[in-house]
Amino acid sequence: MTRMSYREAMREALRAALQSDPRVFLMGEDIGRYGGTYAVSKGLLEEFGPERVRDTPLSELGFVGAGVGAAIGGMRPIVEVMTVNFSLLALDQIVNSAAVLRHMSGGQVSVPLVVRMATGAGRQLAAQHSHSLENWYAHVPGLTVLAPATVADARGMLAAALDDPDPVIIFEHVQLYNLEGEISSEPVDIRHAAVRRPGTRVSLITYGGCLPKTLEAAELLAREGIDAEVLDLRVLRPLDMQTIVASVRKTRRALVIDEGWKTGSLAGEIMAQIVEQAFYDLDAPLARVCSAEVPIPYARHMEEAALPQVPKIVAAARALCGP
Amino acid sequence: MSTPSPAAAIPPPPSGPVPYGRETALALLADMLRIRRMEEKCAEVYGAGKIRGFLHLYIGEEAVATGAVHALLPEDNVVATYREHAHALLCGVSMDAIMAEMYGKQEGCSRGRGGSMHLFDSRARLFGGNAIVGGGLPLAAGLALADRMQGISRVTACFFGEGAMAEGAFHEAVNLAALWQLPVLFCCENNLYAMGTALTRSEAQTDLCAKAASYNMPTLRVDGMDVVAVHEAAQLAVARVRAGQGPFFIEFQTYRFRAHSMFDAELYRDKAEVLEWKTRGPIHTFSARLKQQGLLTEGKFLALDAAANQEVERAVAFAEAGTLEPVSDLLRDVHTPRGPA
Repeated sequence: MTRMSYREAMREALRAALQSDPRVFLMGEDIGRYGGTYAVSKGLLEEFGPERVRDTPLSELGFVGAGVGAAIGGMRPIVEVMTVNFSLLALDQIVNSAAVLRHMSGGQVSVPLVVRMATGAGRQLAAQHSHSLENWYAHVPGLTVLAPATVADARGMLAAALDDPDPVIIFEHVQLYNLEGEISSEPVDIRHAAVRRPGTRVSLITYGGCLPKTLEAAELLAREGIDAEVLDLRVLRPLDMQTIVASVRKTRRALVIDEGWKTGSLAGEIMAQIVEQAFYDLDAPLARVCSAEVPIPYARHMEEAALPQVPKIVAAARALCGP
Repeated sequence: MSTPSPAAAIPPPPSGPVPYGRETALALLADMLRIRRMEEKCAEVYGAGKIRGFLHLYIGEEAVATGAVHALLPEDNVVATYREHAHALLCGVSMDAIMAEMYGKQEGCSRGRGGSMHLFDSRARLFGGNAIVGGGLPLAAGLALADRMQGISRVTACFFGEGAMAEGAFHEAVNLAALWQLPVLFCCENNLYAMGTALTRSEAQTDLCAKAASYNMPTLRVDGMDVVAVHEAAQLAVARVRAGQGPFFIEFQTYRFRAHSMFDAELYRDKAEVLEWKTRGPIHTFSARLKQQGLLTEGKFLALDAAANQEVERAVAFAEAGTLEPVSDLLRDVHTPRGPA
């Protein structure tokens, strides 16, 4: 077992991919000479050269589309988009090309493209750098959407994503980059949710940047005698409903914690599927903690108020478990 | 409407000697006829309800795809638009598979999942059939990047209309291609109208070569109704691109004789303008030049035409006899099949 930060784990994953497969190359804004906006790719330009660590102009639509073309053409591009907000400029190429080309061509053209992007709030970057739009991508057939929330997944998920013959989107929450943790040499899968804390009274279902908050909430709940199970979705599309439903059948209560806005959220989709598959196993209404319906504000106290926080999670779980 | 009629600028029909021997000349003519007869039949069977969805005909523009694709090698990549029946046919997709695709049959070149706008054939290296205007341009840059990085000497020809040059995708993709000196031949099929919006009503800069040249790319403006001019320009450009001299842009000035799609009442252009452009039709003007040079007889023309019509009839029969994919296959090809976990 080796200990490192989430950022270092992502970098090690990129380095290993570049070392093991000559078809792999990186492309994105300021990933090379600058070292990456979040310093994930720092040092890789020096190690692998400008052909394989490729700085691009500020043209998300152009270079994500070029990634799609390069993937069709036999390469294994890993494209970095600075934040999910900027990825909206490339949405056309992801949704109208990468996700549909295999189907639209009758199965002739696969797009083995990996797109990585930072997501989420917590750094006072305001309303054009802080949103959580994972659900927009998780809506689209043809895409696989990942949200590594642990250092081990940050290290392990990329290889599995590159091994996938179809497009994979990886969301890295900005609050996780400094997280420290263990990595293991075991390969990780990109098909299953994971139980991060076993429990019996209530299922806390979450992903990405909300996992550390949810684990902290579970510890506080334990002190009150509420034994919560924490589920890390890991894969946002396709959802591993089997693991989710198994947990809910056991605890009979579920709270979903999602940094997306409540209306139209991934949390809403998970709740709907629980109702479809396990309604009669529930002992309490489903509940969720999501972001307030407001663009993420700049001022720290307002940003904090807009996001799911540990006290809100604790209170919501407590309410579900009754007096 | 205050817009000056583009008809004012219509040049005389293409004329003069053709710099090819009989074999090349007749091959170009035969392919233009195959496209024309195929698409006339498409319109006919559309009227009969056999083809549905959008159907965008290339009639009038045949010289562009013909002259350009004849300058490519079979292993070159082609990325095209939703008006791509001709490009698919000339890339080597069989007329049977094209017609079956439009019929929505699983014998179609995209198994009936794409239709008229999404003809694909990975063996022919035809990567769509893209119905997002400008959507093919970044894709083409990426295909060319992949070839360059793998040391493959291949040209990617990317076809798009002048309407795409108003899209950000055009500017982003040509900048990438020029910045990285990628082997892309950008083929602008300027038919003067983006659907119903005339170039002069949508672009502040109507000199399309000037736009492309601002990215430090060599450019050519060519009469797209003259298959000779198209083929000569394409050959020159392809040679440069293949030699590693970076991307090249050609504006083919052409005209679509039919409506934008089968739903278009053509309220945006004068009938007189259409008629005048028809005097510049690529097939009859080229045929007349070949006859004048003694490279073509009326008998030979009729034989080529009959062969094209026979191919069309066979394609229709193939499409009619084609089968529908079972609905149980609905979710097929959303993801690439993989082994068990």
